[in-house]
Order: sequence, then structure tokens, then C-alpha cells
Amino acid sequence: MSSDWPLWEVFVRSKGGLSHRHVGSVHAPDAELALVHARDTYTRRMEGVSLWVVPSAEIVASDPDQAGELFEPAESKIYRHPTFYDIPGEVKHI
Amino acid sequence: MASLPPIDVPEGATGAGVFDAPAERAKDPAHVDYLLRLGDDALVLGQRLGEWCGHGPVLEVDISLANLALDMIGQATLLLGEAGDGDQLAFHRDVLDFRNCLLVEQPNGDFAQTIARHLLYTTWQHLLLQRLTESSDRFLAEFAHKAVKEVAYHRELAAEWTIRLGDGTEESTRRMAEGLDWSWRFVPELFEVDETLQAGIDCGIAPDPGGFEEEYRSAIAAVLAEAQLEAPAEQRPILGGRRGHHSEHLGHLLAAMQFLPRTYPDATW
Repeated sequence: MSSDWPLWEVFVRSKGGLSHRHVGSVHAPDAELALVHARDTYTRRMEGVSLWVVPSAEIVASDPDQAGELFEPAESKIYRHPTFYDIPGEVKHI
Repeated sequence: MASLPPIDVPEGATGAGVFDAPAERAKDPAHVDYLLRLGDDALVLGQRLGEWCGHGPVLEVDISLANLALDMIGQATLLLGEAGDGDQLAFHRDVLDFRNCLLVEQPNGDFAQTIARHLLYTTWQHLLLQRLTESSDRFLAEFAHKAVKEVAYHRELAAEWTIRLGDGTEESTRRMAEGLDWSWRFVPELFEVDETLQAGIDCGIAPDPGGFEEEYRSAIAAVLAEAQLEAPAEQRPILGGRRGHHSEHLGHLLAAMQFLPRTYPDATW
């Protein structure tokens, strides 16, 4: 039965102000039940205050075969990381 | 001003006479009975739903049913704890002393029958709890305030599944109709007002279920209409659970639930 149901990706916002984060997926016959299943599967220990479900088929993913051309060039660009600044001690949460 | 000599209080005495003792008064029997009715409903329905654990039609539904079961067990813990010694009441009481309605002890059957039972019970429970928040008894009012949210979710979940199964395939429609047909004759008991309940209504601890019967009927009718299902034909109502006249099913349920603590009373783990 569940193999006939589409897959949905589940995103949970753990508290106000934070972004929704991907936590896993559920099978469900439609959007309302996907939310129900996501609620019952991923927020039963007070993990969240908001849920998103997205049909997995709607996710556009990068091609793993292109991983080299897409991501490797960034490896040698260490200057893109803002790590060459002295951060004053009073500045928190950086 | 001359002061009075100190009173010579014997060692170990509290200094308060029996007439000063704060309200450790025994609860009125109608009050305890009402706690048992609601507590046993929750306990028995929780145990029934727990039987699905590991047997759900799909993994997500299995988790869903287990969550519903845990909510019910949580409610039972509070209600039976208020009625007396909760564990003693749950695990060392005989079937004739249980005060749950007959609907909740009905067997799970297939998933559709479980959903039919849950729709019919939690719709009633939700309407009841909304009114129980106004109870003159502080515990019951606070309990209702806490439980009404989770029961709203139960009611909604059962309605969503009823609609999907009723308005689904030929097989799911048939199963949903059969599940409702099985449960239908146990609905009138939910609205029965006997002397004990009347005493609770009169002193303001319990809402009169007659006050929301109309709303219940139309809420169920609305779900069935959306599910493209006909309401089952009216059947001869079966009553008696509130007075301890239970179906054979409850004995089997209790045998499974009570076996361990009754066979090994001091077992710990």
C-alpha cells in the first residue's frame, strides 16, 4: 500500500526564528495526510513548531555526475571564507 | 498583658484537631464513578489502539496509531490517578468493575473498523471535553483543558481517514461502511444519562451529553456525507457498559493487559 503512495520530504522548524530543516521523508496519499504523518513521525518529542511537506518528485536535484564541475572548484578558493578578519571579543555568535 | 501559658502538646501530635483537618474528604461516589467512566474509556481505547503496534497497514500509520494510543494512556493515567490508585485500578480490577462504554472495547477489526470506532468515540469525547472545561471540579476542568487539544487532533485524523476510505476504492468503501455498521449500535450509550451521571450533572462536575447530541449527529453526518457514505441503518442500541455489563471482548483485553501484574504482583523492570 505505502509503495503506491508518493513520497514527501519533511522539513521542521524547531523554534520561531530558525529555518525549517530537512529531517526525513514519509509516504502519504495526499498533502493533508503527509502533514499528519510528518507530525506523528517527526514531532512527537516536541521537535518543532512548524512543518513543511514537499512532494519529493518536485525537488530539483543536482546531478551527482556533475559533482566535480559544480563543487570541486570551490575547494581551492579558501579566500571566499571570511576567516581572515580579527573578530572583536565583544561580538558574539559568529 | 499577661500571656496564656503554652499548651502542652504531646510529642508527635500536629496540634490540629480532626475538625481542623484540611479537605482530605472522601470523594462522592458519583464523582469517583464519573472519573472511572472517562478513565476507563481512555484506558481501554488506549489498550485497543496499542494492539496495532507493529501491525499497522503501513509504517507511518503504525506510528500514528501508537501515538493515539499513548495519548489515551496518558489521559487514563491522570483520570484513574484522581479516582484512586491508578495502577491498582488499571491492573487489579475485574471486568465487572470497569465503567467504560461498550464502543471503546470493540475489537479493532480491520483498519477501517478501528477508524470508525475512533471517529464515533473521539467526536463525542471532543464535544464533551469542550464542555468539561467548565466543570465545577477543578481537576476535571484542568484535565479537559489539557486533553481537548489532543482529542481535537484525534477527531480530525479519524475524520480524514473516514473520508479517504469512504470515498476511496470499492474495497475501502465497503470496509469503511462495515466498520461504521459494526460500531453504530454503541453510539446511543454515549448519550445515556443514568442516575449516577445525573447526580454528576446536578452538582456541576459533568456536562449533560444531551446538550451536544444534536451537534454530534450533524458532525458525524457531515463527515459521512463528505466520505460519500450512507449513515448505517438505526439498530437496537446496546447499553450497559457504564454499569459493568460488558461484552466478552473486554475480558480478553483485560486478560492480556493485566496478566503480568496480576501473576507477578511485585514484578519490577
